[in-house]
Amino acid sequence: MINTDICIIGAGPVGLFAVFEAGLLKMRCHLIDVLPQVGGQLSEIYPHKPIYDIPGYPSITAQELIDKQLEQIKPFDPTFTLGERVEQITRQDDGSFIVTTNEHTIVHTQVIVIAGGLGCFEPRKPEIPNLHLFEGKGVDYMVKDPAKYRDKKIVIAGGGDSALDWAFHLVDIAQQVTLIHRSDSFRGAPDSAEKVFKLAQQGKINLLLSHNLTNIHGNGYLSHVETTNKEKEVIATDADYFIPLYGLTPKLGPIADWGLNIDKNAIAVDTFDYSTNIERIYAIGDINTYPGKLKLILCGYHEAALMCQSAFKFVYPDQKLTFKYTTVNGINTF
Amino acid sequence: MDDNLINVTVIDRDGTENILEVPTDINLSLMEILKASEYEILATCGGMALCATCHVEVIEGLDLLASASDQELDMLDTLPDADDQSRLACQLYLQNCNNGMKIKIKGALQS
Ligand SMILES: Cc1cc2nc3c(=O)[nH]c(=O)nc-3n(C[C@H](O)[C@H](O)[C@H](O)COP(=O)(O)OP(=O)(O)OC[C@H]3O[C@@H](n4cnc5c(N)ncnc54)[C@H](O)[C@@H]3O)c2cc1C
Ligand code: FES
Repeated sequence: MINTDICIIGAGPVGLFAVFEAGLLKMRCHLIDVLPQVGGQLSEIYPHKPIYDIPGYPSITAQELIDKQLEQIKPFDPTFTLGERVEQITRQDDGSFIVTTNEHTIVHTQVIVIAGGLGCFEPRKPEIPNLHLFEGKGVDYMVKDPAKYRDKKIVIAGGGDSALDWAFHLVDIAQQVTLIHRSDSFRGAPDSAEKVFKLAQQGKINLLLSHNLTNIHGNGYLSHVETTNKEKEVIATDADYFIPLYGLTPKLGPIADWGLNIDKNAIAVDTFDYSTNIERIYAIGDINTYPGKLKLILCGYHEAALMCQSAFKFVYPDQKLTFKYTTVNGINTF
Repeated sequence: MDDNLINVTVIDRDGTENILEVPTDINLSLMEILKASEYEILATCGGMALCATCHVEVIEGLDLLASASDQELDMLDTLPDADDQSRLACQLYLQNCNNGMKIKIKGALQS
């Protein structure tokens, strides 16, 4: 079990800045994010876009800002659980919480800070009947361990970079790789597309262009997928694994079930300290709502600072906090 | 009808059909107009062709729209339910010639 003062759900810019503000007050942080990397929307949606409204940086790309933030919090040595979704929070008798992820990581914490942004980024799923019946029984939405597909028949769907990249990566591992795409060309990186076409010519990739996925079948475990071509003919392709790779889309997810006051997919907070209706749980950044809320990185940073001043009393109940400028003490690590 | 006001038929996710009066002289994208008309659209990226949550199917009048940019096509390619009639509403700025267009809202919602 991981023990911490503050468990931060969401490692976007606001969750990362909360680590800095907490560190100044000698509170330790553990961050959990369902994405495999930190950075939230900035790293997932727009890493190369310049941002112009971060004080001190006339222009900085989204990924650069995240990298700088990581550097800024390094002295406070935060710990991370990445690639896991927080599912459950349970109150303990002494007021603290146990936080549990979908992969059964357990964190004991005095305070929970939800910096969950738009919610969990989850795979976009194609609308085909029975898809859910085969999840974990042949349908995977991401490739975690390529070795799993050794000597298997793999069907990948999608036309973006990750579909192309995995198709040619798995060629050497799987027994057969089929790539299904709705259009007749790929708009991913041109050299990736070229590689896939070459492998198709050599008969190493079974390419089904201008095909729409219509159904999947199996008896308990996946056996084949069905597609229709332009002529509306139905084509069946054997598949031990079907991997739809259509990118990610945000969903509020489990946060909606924790008894928090939710208003239009956002958590209502008190602007005094960004606390929620549940004691010791705070919500900062894009995930919260209050009159006049602006979904800006800058506003999330401000919320993180005020939140930490309030959270201190739960972490150090015997100490009184007096406000000092950061320059008075400097950046003192633990 | 006003010179700069056109009619667009909008079919919502539940199949309900309404005719929307769309001004063509106010430099708003179709996504912004749909949002202003209280249609539920996430538009996470605010109109930058980065999120695809403003996906619409153009049922009538597709050929009268300006063609999609590479970035719009890239984004549409990531959608499992896109087809030849798919566009991103945030990339569509309507003109008088688009009068009578018919669209269906398809973008994902949060839950
Ligand atoms: C295209 C675009 C351009 C933008 N440009 C600007 C700009 O120029 N300036 C500006 O200030 N803002 C801009 N924004 C807005 C800015 O990105 C957000 O305000 C900011 O990302 C909010 O940060 P956050 O840390 O609150 O949330 P996010 O960045 O959304 O991070 C939240 C994280 O929480 C994780 N999460 C959620 N629920 C769970 C769970 N149950 N378990 C585990 N992890 C979970 C998610 O995976 C995510 O990584 C832009 C947004 C977009 C989309
Ligand atoms: S609003 Fe994001 S793609 Fe249109």
